[in-house]
Amino acid sequence: MPTSKSEPSGGRAEVHDLAVIGAGPAGLAAADAAAGLGLRVALVDAGSRPGGQYYRHPAPGLGAARPEKLHHGWAAFARLRARLAASPLVDHLPGHHVWAAEAGVPGDGERPWRLHATRGPEAGDRATVLARAVLLATGAYERHLPFPGWTLPGVVTAGGAQAMLKSSLVLPGRRIVVSGSGPLLLAAASSLVSAGAEVPAIVEATSYLGYARGLPALAGNPAKLAEGASHGARLLRRGVRLRRSSAVVEAHGTDRVTAVTVARLDARWKPVPGSERRIACDALAIGHGLVPQIELATELGAETVTGPDGAAALKVDAEQRTSVPGLWAAGETCGVGGADLALAEGVLAAHAVAGRPAPARETATRRRRRAFAALMAAAHAPGPDWTSWVTDDTDVCRCEEVPAGEIRAAVEELGAGDARTVKLLTRAGMGWCQGRMCGPAVACLSGDGGGGRADSRPLSCPVPLAQLAQLAGPVEPEQRRRD
Amino acid sequence: MDPLDLVGAEPGPARTVLFDGRPVPALPGQTLAAALWADGVLAWRTTRGGGRPRGAFCGIGQCFDCLATVNGRPNQRLCLLPAEHGDTVTTQEGHGHADLEV
Amino acid sequence: MLKRTPYDVVVVGAGVVGAACAYYAARAGLKVAVVDRGPVAGGTTGAGEGNLLVSDKEPGPELDLALLSTRLWRELAEEFGDRVEYEPKGGLVVATGPAGLDLLHGFAAKQRAVGVEALPVAADELRTHEPHLAEGLPGGYLYPQDAQVQPALAAAHLLRASGADRYLGEAVTALLRGPGGSVTGVATTRRELAAPAVVNAAGTWGGELAALAGVRLPVLPRRGFVLVTEPLPRIVRHKVYAADYVADVASGSADLQSSAVVEGTPAGPVLIGASRERVGFDRTLDPEVLHRLAAQAAALFPVLRTVQVQRSYRGFRPYLPDHLPAIGPDARVPGLHHACGHEGAGIGLAPATGLLISRRLTGREPELDLAPFRPERFEGAEAAEAAEGES
Repeated sequence: MPTSKSEPSGGRAEVHDLAVIGAGPAGLAAADAAAGLGLRVALVDAGSRPGGQYYRHPAPGLGAARPEKLHHGWAAFARLRARLAASPLVDHLPGHHVWAAEAGVPGDGERPWRLHATRGPEAGDRATVLARAVLLATGAYERHLPFPGWTLPGVVTAGGAQAMLKSSLVLPGRRIVVSGSGPLLLAAASSLVSAGAEVPAIVEATSYLGYARGLPALAGNPAKLAEGASHGARLLRRGVRLRRSSAVVEAHGTDRVTAVTVARLDARWKPVPGSERRIACDALAIGHGLVPQIELATELGAETVTGPDGAAALKVDAEQRTSVPGLWAAGETCGVGGADLALAEGVLAAHAVAGRPAPARETATRRRRRAFAALMAAAHAPGPDWTSWVTDDTDVCRCEEVPAGEIRAAVEELGAGDARTVKLLTRAGMGWCQGRMCGPAVACLSGDGGGGRADSRPLSCPVPLAQLAQLAGPVEPEQRRRD
Repeated sequence: MDPLDLVGAEPGPARTVLFDGRPVPALPGQTLAAALWADGVLAWRTTRGGGRPRGAFCGIGQCFDCLATVNGRPNQRLCLLPAEHGDTVTTQEGHGHADLEV
Repeated sequence: MLKRTPYDVVVVGAGVVGAACAYYAARAGLKVAVVDRGPVAGGTTGAGEGNLLVSDKEPGPELDLALLSTRLWRELAEEFGDRVEYEPKGGLVVATGPAGLDLLHGFAAKQRAVGVEALPVAADELRTHEPHLAEGLPGGYLYPQDAQVQPALAAAHLLRASGADRYLGEAVTALLRGPGGSVTGVATTRRELAAPAVVNAAGTWGGELAALAGVRLPVLPRRGFVLVTEPLPRIVRHKVYAADYVADVASGSADLQSSAVVEGTPAGPVLIGASRERVGFDRTLDPEVLHRLAAQAAALFPVLRTVQVQRSYRGFRPYLPDHLPAIGPDARVPGLHHACGHEGAGIGLAPATGLLISRRLTGREPELDLAPFRPERFEGAEAAEAAEGES
């Protein structure tokens, strides 16, 4: 897998058969399968090393002898990585953050897709990738439900704690409460405990009774049960307590978190008065599941579907095709469902792009895993009354420091009834992260039903102005096909 | 047990970065945010509205909470930048561009 | 069962123009309902920059409207102040070459003759007004009357202060007509709202609303992108743009024209915009458009090369073939009034529009002659041809 060099050149533009955006499970599997079917692939990834968030692993300089200790499915990743590295058909473009995709005209070789990307850790350079088809495998980001104190240093996302641990082998503290909802909490707590942290409690908002309604889907996914059970067993051995139907309703501290208040929740996620108890800690890892990262596609007008948890995902057909001609999607972008599903969908998408019939094994995996994903999404969907723990002075938008009271005033006094209008009137979601952290929460507080509607975002990430002012980026990878 | 033991890490010698003038060790391959966490530092920015302390939140470059001034350049995401020997990290106040004000 | 509410006027459109119509109508003692298929400021208003400009207008009906609005915005600022982020910061128009400066001298002279304040700024004084401005520019003009407001907040606060009943998220499906064809209200997707007068403040969709009344109002969309930088301290004091902009505004060409207006905001980000393209309602991003905005802004303010563009947004500005809005009663449909087609100037022109409409609604003499804004001025072959030549 040649890795593109960064220096610009006047080399002839190469048009790849397929550009895969994202080198997590879905993107890696798709690039591998597509190359196996003879397609020339550009694997465009914001990360510096392949793997995405799921297969995030220690930097080589750390000399980790046993990276698999922090991973489920490490062997699958190692296999994919080795095959891609050996493939002459795959160009890996690490450190490339795509900020806009221009749709190509299917069947017109003169008008391919153009992916505009920043390059490098400081996004200083620009690149343009050309391809006849594009697969969006950009994964997901975490959903957060704010509470008083959630902006204190030491309060980190569950995924972030895992990411920092997996890539840099560090912990945010020694005594870490894990709180929110969803299977990522168990995985994160399990990693933290393995790495030597004390986890005084895992605080899960659901009762887990939701799972009982989906026994067939559970029975069809024994591997998922085994994964959960292995986390559970490890946590049990270490004496970690799972508090169900509970939430952290406040984090305490001045310059950093020193304790949290945990309360029991009723079925609608309203804290039960009198049930509060305080737990001392020096860090808190939070997360309420994942939300598909699809803005590159919705900006192109791709149709979406709203999942059982209220999150918008890309609508795809049986061949992973989106409603935009020439644009495919796989993995979390089609609805959060985990790594095995992403691997299967990546393979299915590659076959569809290559015009080959769908392989039976991946088709079966997708069917089983999608059923399981729907069950999980429904079981962990935020209860309607979670907003009752958000005091008026709680900053909902972290970037612009917009408190809940201002959002409520925009709704009650100025007539805003949706997240976009609230954003226009309060700046909630208008800062550096463009609403990625607060979007679902702002949507709930606006009363528009939990953020199912995709916001328009012509630029999917910040771009240096100097780079936009350049006429165009060098076409990548420029060092190939000089012959 | 610590994270390095868990994966049997044998990193090369640590580099030194400066955080607000104070030397902080960073293992090869660690990000600046990770080096600060390992040193017990959780905040390296104050917000432009309330002046509140912030540090790494999402850890993967999406939340922009971990912005700081690195080698004189403001608004760098410490969770993405590999620590290089001699890097200077300065706690960033607000937008980090006070020098441009007219 | 249909619920009938006795309103004096129903305003269709909860953008800044509709909100201003509601505000001045209510102040004149009328009972007002505002209906919009979307939320407050959900259309062009929410995608605007908040330019209150006289500097870019040549003497004529639009400038008259802008000067009236300038006075009204000052009054409104007394009432709303910081809540709508009103900033009487003034505009600085700079020439990029000697020819442009000559053009600008002539333009400013004509403007001053009709009451625009325009102060010449010599080349060596430019940077005392704007320290980050590029060196070597030949000169410009300062326009103290230019100002800025946050458009969505302006619309929301005007609407709230009007006390009008809001029917948001309800599309108008029909205009109700009485004997003799006069308007008696509107039907929405949820109800009927009865009133002897209806104001079409539907912006880009004004033509469709007119069509519901069986009349033609050729409102067309013009697309614009705006770039938004990361939050910054005050690095740009005025609304600053290159003199080429003046030519762009009046242009009928379908090609992209852009002359970036660069301005700071109280919230921190610098806004750069907007581009102007006639591409219908096509939302497709053309990176070339963003490139030109960025390049022009960087040419004016080289310091911007060191900052990040945090986001971009697009909007569709409604315009009529002669680039003047439609304001006033529609002679073809008794009871129907129009207040739309303000193109990229709607935020600035909103108060004047609202005041003039309220004058007509209450049977009083408007401050300005409304003849140039007559909604039915596009009737007939000649007007149709003119419109043809435009598209």
